[in-house]
Amino acid sequence: MPRRVAVTGVGLVTPVGVGTEETWDALLAGVSGIGPITRFDASKFSTRFAGEVKGFEPTRWISARDARASMSDPFIQYAMAAGTMAMEDAGLVVDGELAERTGCFVGSGMGGLATIEATHLALQAKGPRHAISPFFVPQLIINLAAGQLSIKYNAKGPCYSQVSACSSGGHAIGDAFRLIQHGEADAMICGGSEAVVTPLGVGGFAAMRALSVRNDDPAAACRPFDLDRDGFVLAEGAGILVLEEMEHARKRGARIHAELEGYAATADAHHITAPAPEGEGAQRCMRKALADARLDPTAIDYINAHGTSTKMNDATETLVVKKVFGDHARRLMIGSTKSMTGHLLGAAGGVEAAFCALAVARGQVPPTINYTTPDPECDLDYVPSSAREISIRHAVSNSFGFGGSNVCLVFGRGDR
Amino acid sequence: MAENIEEKVSKIVAEQFEVPVEKVTLKSLFMDDLKADSLSVVELVLAIEEAFGLEIPDEDAEKIKTVGDVVNYVKARAK
Repeated sequence: MPRRVAVTGVGLVTPVGVGTEETWDALLAGVSGIGPITRFDASKFSTRFAGEVKGFEPTRWISARDARASMSDPFIQYAMAAGTMAMEDAGLVVDGELAERTGCFVGSGMGGLATIEATHLALQAKGPRHAISPFFVPQLIINLAAGQLSIKYNAKGPCYSQVSACSSGGHAIGDAFRLIQHGEADAMICGGSEAVVTPLGVGGFAAMRALSVRNDDPAAACRPFDLDRDGFVLAEGAGILVLEEMEHARKRGARIHAELEGYAATADAHHITAPAPEGEGAQRCMRKALADARLDPTAIDYINAHGTSTKMNDATETLVVKKVFGDHARRLMIGSTKSMTGHLLGAAGGVEAAFCALAVARGQVPPTINYTTPDPECDLDYVPSSAREISIRHAVSNSFGFGGSNVCLVFGRGDR
Repeated sequence: MAENIEEKVSKIVAEQFEVPVEKVTLKSLFMDDLKADSLSVVELVLAIEEAFGLEIPDEDAEKIKTVGDVVNYVKARAK
């Protein structure tokens, strides 16, 4: 039997709050974190709103010098903040033999895009010698979020980054789970971070016609499963978990939020952005994750959907759930927290895994907001409008990334 | 002029490494005394270049280890 894996720490930086409790309270209250873009002048862009992180002060988490130089890119700063919160929440001290048994997996879809853009502009104006900081490369390379956390916490085990677009955070957590299950690590700091509310980030997804253009009402723009949905809403932030081998966590008296019970990763092998017909890859991924958790589909009470608010995703994901869960699809709850946070891309899997852990731990399910006109193709219980207080036996987090990359995680209360 | 260069360099060093300017002396070693890393020293050299309108070749920059080294370099080049 593989070893069991506990979630002992949670850290969140999202458009609805800096901090786990701030974020969770906002989600339960159905608050939208979406608003007009303030990071740059977006007036010429077809989409002029996003889910920006608000009130974030990097020097709460890192020194002013690091915030200016070696950790100036926000994707690293968000990871440091969420990682620090998660480690403080876990109360885990990494010393002695534990150092080599602790690793860091922090995924990101795009890494330090803001730094690349700013540096390229400076390069045109000032030339290479004075435009390019010696800290340029360590800002943009994706594994530096994991690398900086490993340095801060003396984590000397495996340290790298999963890169799979919107599945990155989910893959990071799933792979970390496997390392602990199979005895290669006892603790892992893992999740995702993203910060691409930049001209090229917004412009790039707008060029694909993937983004909502509901500029007159940003808070209503992300409306997963609603008939009038018109694209996803770009967002930023980080979600980091501390995973720990169950006995290790119990022996030190750690608070166990939840148990990570199952994981699967599959590919559609179909198209760069469109899901496979009937979401074949996603179906296979969900079935494999349930089998990995040794659970019957009827044991699942809540699915935190990928639920992006695009026409294709939400209809396909609904069909996938019907195929995988049969009659039980109509009894379980399927919600999209993206309706409030927007789509955090490579960080989405990290924050949504954290939401699943909190849902099973607290018996609370966040709503899907803006679900007002049901799409006939989307006819399940999406937890519209209001949060619910209800016991959750097991919860599932889905993430599906460009490139046809799917990931599914299964969480439980750790009481079996 | 000489004093001005010293003051100006000390100020830049203090800003770059985020240390109080009182802690910066002519003998301060960047990496040992001011806890800078090699990348921060590269950044400092660039800041000095901008402040004094100089270009400091890498082979010269490698020899610059202290605040005094910078002051002497700037004085020599400013002639």
